[in-house]
Amino acid sequence: MSTVFIALQTNEDTRPIIEAIVADNPHARLNEQPAMVKIDAEGKLVVRRSSIEELLGRDFDLQELHINLISLSGNIDESDDELTLSWNA
Amino acid sequence: MDMQASKKKLGLKERYQVMTRGLDWTPSYQKMEDIYPYVAYEGIKIHDWDKWEDPFRLTMDAYWKYQAEKERKLYAIIDAYAQNNGHLGVTDARYINTVKLFISGISPLEYVAHRGFTHVGRQFPGAGPRVACLMQSLDEIRHAQTQVHSISNYNKYYNGVHDFHHAHDRIWFLSVPKSFFDDAITAGPFEFMVAIGFSFEYVLTNLLFVPFVSGAAYNGDMGTMTFGFSAQSDEARHMTLGLEVIKFILEQDPDNLPIVQRWIDKWTWRGYRVLTLVAMMMDYMLPKRTMSWKEAWEVYFEENGGALFKDLARYGITMPKCAEQIALEKDHLSHQAWSTFYNYGAATNFHTWMPDEDEMAWLTAKYPESFDKHYRPRYEYWREQAAKGNRFYNKTLPMLCQTCQIPLVFTEPGDPTKICYREVDFKDEKYHFCSDHCKAIFEHEPEKYVQAWMPVHQIYQGNCFPEGTDPTVEGFDPLAAVLKYYHLEHGRDNLDFEGSEDQKNFDEWRGMATKNV
Repeated sequence: MSTVFIALQTNEDTRPIIEAIVADNPHARLNEQPAMVKIDAEGKLVVRRSSIEELLGRDFDLQELHINLISLSGNIDESDDELTLSWNA
Repeated sequence: MDMQASKKKLGLKERYQVMTRGLDWTPSYQKMEDIYPYVAYEGIKIHDWDKWEDPFRLTMDAYWKYQAEKERKLYAIIDAYAQNNGHLGVTDARYINTVKLFISGISPLEYVAHRGFTHVGRQFPGAGPRVACLMQSLDEIRHAQTQVHSISNYNKYYNGVHDFHHAHDRIWFLSVPKSFFDDAITAGPFEFMVAIGFSFEYVLTNLLFVPFVSGAAYNGDMGTMTFGFSAQSDEARHMTLGLEVIKFILEQDPDNLPIVQRWIDKWTWRGYRVLTLVAMMMDYMLPKRTMSWKEAWEVYFEENGGALFKDLARYGITMPKCAEQIALEKDHLSHQAWSTFYNYGAATNFHTWMPDEDEMAWLTAKYPESFDKHYRPRYEYWREQAAKGNRFYNKTLPMLCQTCQIPLVFTEPGDPTKICYREVDFKDEKYHFCSDHCKAIFEHEPEKYVQAWMPVHQIYQGNCFPEGTDPTVEGFDPLAAVLKYYHLEHGRDNLDFEGSEDQKNFDEWRGMATKNV
């Protein structure tokens, strides 16, 4: 199984986002580097809007991710509710 | 009467549909091939442009909103950094040489990328890729501008950054990144997308921005960190576009596979050769290091790229052949590059130096197979010589590779004691290459690569001296004339870091920042 990842800047905006991703993807590994966080996961990683909103206490548009996104890998599927990264093989 | 508002907001997918394809139209009085003249000649067959899917489904209105927010954040930080004399907070003044390399080697490429994406965005008949290319072209000009703005603060205090664009078009080693992008923008629109969108953005750009920018943060350079991450936040979108391009082309027609595979092989190798500069930046130029070049290559190419090529196997795409040679070079690349720049430190717009004891120990630990055996002894010798007042500067111009334009300094795959030379005869002329891969690229399109502007050839032909120079006068110093042509001041912008004006000023200013004078 291949690894997908998402990398985000380390700041106050991303703290609840990272927390939500880690909670929603128990198989994900958190990899902290200077000024950035890389979340690696085998096969698939899901970013869920509702989980982020719950931690954030406000509405969240998944496209807000673009502001603090550093990099990612895998095939992307984005809807209003979820952003999924996955490899087919 | 007021217009009736629809009951429900459109979902992301419908909104994207309406705001991209919904804005397109079918021409009625002009022929498609007249409107899109470059789309067929490369041999790529596209049957249905509507099959294009932008995974992020970003529309122009959302694009402006998020980009504006990124800009506001970035400029607030740039101002704060400048107002606080942030440049004095970097680990040590050697670090600033990475910034010099960046502004003269990389930032001008951002501008060329802007031009490239504007061009190909115009050439694709599909509305989906046109919108994505338009956004990327705007991103790229934003990157060029924010990098110039951030780094201009360094130009107020340090040497070597004063005329970066002039340098980019002339200085010998800067022809490596320059010719890479010139090669891409003079290709057809599909090859450009595979070259830049896929091979560079998707496969290789993580190696440039992520470890380097994280390294800038680690070395206290908030300005570079911020423009770097701000650029990288666009990069994630570019990578997605690059992957989408490949999948789209391959799904359209089975005849596209061999063409695309050849481009991936070519551009992965071309991009990797350009990243030689990044390798030495990571291993030698960052006073505090985050990871070695070898580690970065293993994470971002071998692991991540490996997963990518496994995924693309369903289309018949295979891992580029050059990956095998790159794996052999990863223990040597940065050391061979730094040795070269140390040699040619009289003709660069940044300073070079020998690593200190701690840094050598780090290199030994990171490169147990190669460093102590092949590189440490020569560094110790050079250091000894420098201490005796014989700092070595090589004034002989090197032979260049006709494809990547890097001097022939790399060793044979598997034998780090033997320099690798390859040559090809074409129309009564001899051409030289650094590797089998650069040679193969040339052999496929010799008419293109014989036109390359080779810095060393140009110097020997007398084309790199200021106007009015007479090279026949007694005692003519070619290097001095070339430096003038580069707009570099000898003894100030070049030579060893030890004893440089940058070193002296930085120490003095940092002292002033912590004391009353």
